[in-house]
Amino acid sequence: MTGNAPAGSLSGAFLALVRRDLLLAFRRRTELLFPVIFLLVVISLFPLGIGPGPQLLARIAPGVIWIAALLATVISLDGLFRSDFEDGSLEQFVISGHPLTLIALAKILTHWLVAGLPIVLLSPLLAVWMNLPTETLGVMIATLLLGTPVLSLIGSIGVGLTISLKRGGQLLSLLVFPLYVPILIVATAAVMAVADGLPYTQFLGLLVAGLVTSLTLAPFAAAAALKISLS
Amino acid sequence: MTIEKTIDNPPRKNALVLFIHKLGSPAYFYTFAGRFIPWFWAIFLVLTAIGMYQAFFVVPADYQQGQSFRIMYLHVPAAWMSMLAYVIMAVLGFIALVWRIRVVEILAMSCAPVGAAFTAATLIAGSLWGRPTWGTYWVWDARLTSELVLLFLYLGVIGLHNAIDEPRKAARAACLLALVGAVNLPIIHYSVKWWNTLHQGSSISLLGGSSIDSSMLWPLLIMSIAVKFYFGANLLTRARVRLLEQDLRKSWVRDVVREGR
Amino acid sequence: MDHTPFIAGAYGIGAVILLWTALSPLLRKKKITQDIRRLIELEERSGDAKT
Repeated sequence: MTGNAPAGSLSGAFLALVRRDLLLAFRRRTELLFPVIFLLVVISLFPLGIGPGPQLLARIAPGVIWIAALLATVISLDGLFRSDFEDGSLEQFVISGHPLTLIALAKILTHWLVAGLPIVLLSPLLAVWMNLPTETLGVMIATLLLGTPVLSLIGSIGVGLTISLKRGGQLLSLLVFPLYVPILIVATAAVMAVADGLPYTQFLGLLVAGLVTSLTLAPFAAAAALKISLS
Repeated sequence: MTIEKTIDNPPRKNALVLFIHKLGSPAYFYTFAGRFIPWFWAIFLVLTAIGMYQAFFVVPADYQQGQSFRIMYLHVPAAWMSMLAYVIMAVLGFIALVWRIRVVEILAMSCAPVGAAFTAATLIAGSLWGRPTWGTYWVWDARLTSELVLLFLYLGVIGLHNAIDEPRKAARAACLLALVGAVNLPIIHYSVKWWNTLHQGSSISLLGGSSIDSSMLWPLLIMSIAVKFYFGANLLTRARVRLLEQDLRKSWVRDVVREGR
Repeated sequence: MDHTPFIAGAYGIGAVILLWTALSPLLRKKKITQDIRRLIELEERSGDAKT
């Protein structure tokens, strides 16, 4: 290979990577289902542990659904780069000459499509299980739609930092949960505001702001983390 | 030849830059830092003695809260220091990542355990202050909750640093994490503060409704300055030991140990 | 309610934490200095043995 000029255009590389990762993910369909099943199991633990009283469930529903979403995301995060790291393709991406930031963004997108989007799609079922008041369902879905990409974005930084560790997954959750606190607070506040009949659009605005900020900053940090891990 | 001449007779305008460069050398930093440490400890002890005396014997008891408010003179300076330590760690981490100076990497990493200690002390003092004030050992008020999240951030930095074997890679990874945490810290802080008011109507604080008399503030100020000298002394000590451990086989370390410094 | 045990507890535990944080690097320094001294001795001894 002569020189460092990447073969192919930027957007071409981006789309190729997304397609490749989606193909790989769908080849192992059972692994795809794992975070989904995890989500369902975790949610059902709450009524089992707390009691099936509908009013209590309704009160804690926004928090419980969001916490389950956090847990499910963290469980699936480790897979974001790990298999590529283990077989050496990650290093190939780094030296390919394409900006690592874009590669990170491509992988984050794949992760969200495979792990975050199912959470959004499952949320009506979770809402029914947790007896979430029906008028709040729309906002609940909105918060998940806006928030789960942020979870993938911020989580990718943690993955980048721990990818070279054998038990990276365990440390990953410790690293990433404190960073998730603001999203959790704002998202649940939005849903609870609707339940109480209070204005809620400012919370959605904050979530949008969070999404935009993490979309611009997180891929750089994740790329920097990967460079350190691979050094 | 020319290099030695420059070090011995530096042109004036380059002296500061040269000094900063010298500090990046482990041997020079070890010696230079070693001169400050005893002074920092001395100042810390003197200020703490004055502050504690004032806190317990000069400041009158608060009618509504009883004697337990005196815990404030530990809780608040420790809280401030825990946050300042994280900021310092993040700034040092930034410098370490951009300029790749090993001494700065070590300094940044040395901030973490000290900061974590202050955070732990803040939480325990706050918990014990809360018991006579609120009746329970833990209250999810804004400051304690923020401090708890801060403790998790510190533990994450320490954990990541310990998990990676190669020392420079470990330091760089943990510095990046510290930076990411620092960027998030104000967001976390404000969201927790706001979460607190959201769920309890009005913001609850351990200091309660009584206004703070100015005579109560002096020990607070003295203790918050004292604590910074503790931090400085501890930080430099940890950095020096780390350098000895990492440069075990180098000649400057042999010289230092032989001379008993 | 007597507040003294809480004040004592808070300052006591705080002091223990800060004391431990201050002392642990000093203990490490002692250990590493001993190790280095031993290393120097070993090298000097093997250096003498060689000459």
